[in-house]
Amino acid sequence: MLRTRFAQPVLESLEMSISIDEVRHVARLARLELEEVELLALQGELNVLLGHFADVQAIDASGLEALRQACSVQSVWSEDMAAPCLSRAEAIKNAQVSKAGLFVVPTILEG
Amino acid sequence: MSLVNLTATELARKLAGREVSAVEVANAHLEAIATKNADYGAFLHVCKAEALEMAAIAQAKIDEGTAGPLTGVPIALKDNISTLGIPTTCASRILEGYIPPYDATIVKKIKDSGMVLLGKTNLDEFAMGTSTENSAFFPSRNPVDITRSPGGSSGGSAAAVAGNLSPLALGSDTGGSIRQPAALCGIVGFKPTYGRCSRYGLIAFASSLDQIGPLTRNVEDAAVLSSLLTGPDVNENTSIPMDPISIANLKSGSLRGVKVGLPKQFFGDSMDAGVLAAVNASIGKLQAEGVEFVELDLPSIQYGVTTYYIIAPAEASSNLGRFDGIRYGPQIEAKLGHIEMVERTRGQLFGHEVKARIMIGTYALSAGYYDAFYVKAIQVRDLMRLEFASAFESVDFVLGPTSPIPAFKLGELSGDPMALKLLDFCTIPANLLGAPAISIPCGLTNGLPVGLHLQADVGQDDKLLQFAYSVESVLG
Repeated sequence: MLRTRFAQPVLESLEMSISIDEVRHVARLARLELEEVELLALQGELNVLLGHFADVQAIDASGLEALRQACSVQSVWSEDMAAPCLSRAEAIKNAQVSKAGLFVVPTILEG
Repeated sequence: MSLVNLTATELARKLAGREVSAVEVANAHLEAIATKNADYGAFLHVCKAEALEMAAIAQAKIDEGTAGPLTGVPIALKDNISTLGIPTTCASRILEGYIPPYDATIVKKIKDSGMVLLGKTNLDEFAMGTSTENSAFFPSRNPVDITRSPGGSSGGSAAAVAGNLSPLALGSDTGGSIRQPAALCGIVGFKPTYGRCSRYGLIAFASSLDQIGPLTRNVEDAAVLSSLLTGPDVNENTSIPMDPISIANLKSGSLRGVKVGLPKQFFGDSMDAGVLAAVNASIGKLQAEGVEFVELDLPSIQYGVTTYYIIAPAEASSNLGRFDGIRYGPQIEAKLGHIEMVERTRGQLFGHEVKARIMIGTYALSAGYYDAFYVKAIQVRDLMRLEFASAFESVDFVLGPTSPIPAFKLGELSGDPMALKLLDFCTIPANLLGAPAISIPCGLTNGLPVGLHLQADVGQDDKLLQFAYSVESVLG
């Protein structure tokens, strides 16, 4: 019975290409500053992959579970007890800029 | 006596028998690294001082009679595993100079077991790739033929073990990153069941798929090392409540009556003829020993790579959000505003493949596409689970080639991202399912190693290792 899920044709009406403006938008969402030449290269690569994604979209998924983890083990909870952890100095020692035991970030709010 | 081409268990026996000291063993390997690492590009960082210190501690344990099965045996770690006080870069410029303030759980276990850490091995940046050419620093090379790739992403670990720089190495496997380089370098690579080996301290790529495991010269070493490193970990909430892997029944038993499934999707036209010939010859030898083979049709395998390239980048786009130039790693132009600084740092310091995967993942999770791509992909994962569950009602293991092709020339596939992605065709199902799987050498094609891929049902690691041990002895 499972096999019939694959018997369907790829949906030709599906819009499976991404424009350069969409690539720029996704780069913004992903917090990546990209050169124009890189945006174009990524557009090409994304469109190749999207072509393959169409095959997956065409599969009949009715009745299938959205399986976020492969093994059906629930999150393991630990006892709510204090335990040793990193000191503040250890936690910030890899920061480029720190001050008074705090991470320093560029200005977010002005005024 | 050469100390660098022995298996880990052979070395352990010599150490226990006082034929050699742990410091001599460490020095022999450090010398091999000094001589050959320039050819193989296996190590990004060699920790000579720490190795000699650990070797002295190991020797004290041996002398006191408190040694474990691998005390004094050297090991190399993929450079995405956090090591206290030792640089950990993920082969990325964005983590250049980062020194973790803590040890991964498995690093603690390695230290507790008295193993000797030689250094950190090269990888595709953030484990994203199948050739180790995506390392931001230099590519690794295959010790069988240094004009060829060792595979990836744990290519440095595979090159270290195959090139006699370390008897043991650990890698991480998200879509085949332990097993595929093991196959291409002619060694053993084992991915345990998801959750059996703690990932606390493994810098995350795709959290529902990542698993740490060993690369070794034989199945026995893989099993012994796994027995020391597996088991529940309170620091990891995907750790599963199963005992450590057991080696109690690791012996060459009869193979008569063992049922093995051969999914026809693993034996299609896209597989190299030489690879298939080696795998089929192995099947013939196993048949002669009484293994029963059954052809399977598991159509979802055909969609594994695509499903993986939705799920893994989606998870990566979230996991790699933490690299913002503030908490660790270099920062580009701090005088910019916050968002601009983050965008510029990430844009300049991530390599192309990492940026491509973050983009794919961000797109697949973005408004309007989440259900169409991500949810659909995880439903296909469920379909694969149902198909394999049905198969495992009638077979004990599933077998195929590990990699569709043998080791390829460096640069040969770099212009074809899809070809590189398809190298994980046979290994990806085990990651999507969380299942244990192992690659063992099964011969050569044109002088290049071929890997035989064996997969068991979830949680059946002990049974898989026992079978692999017997198969290895049949194949010689």
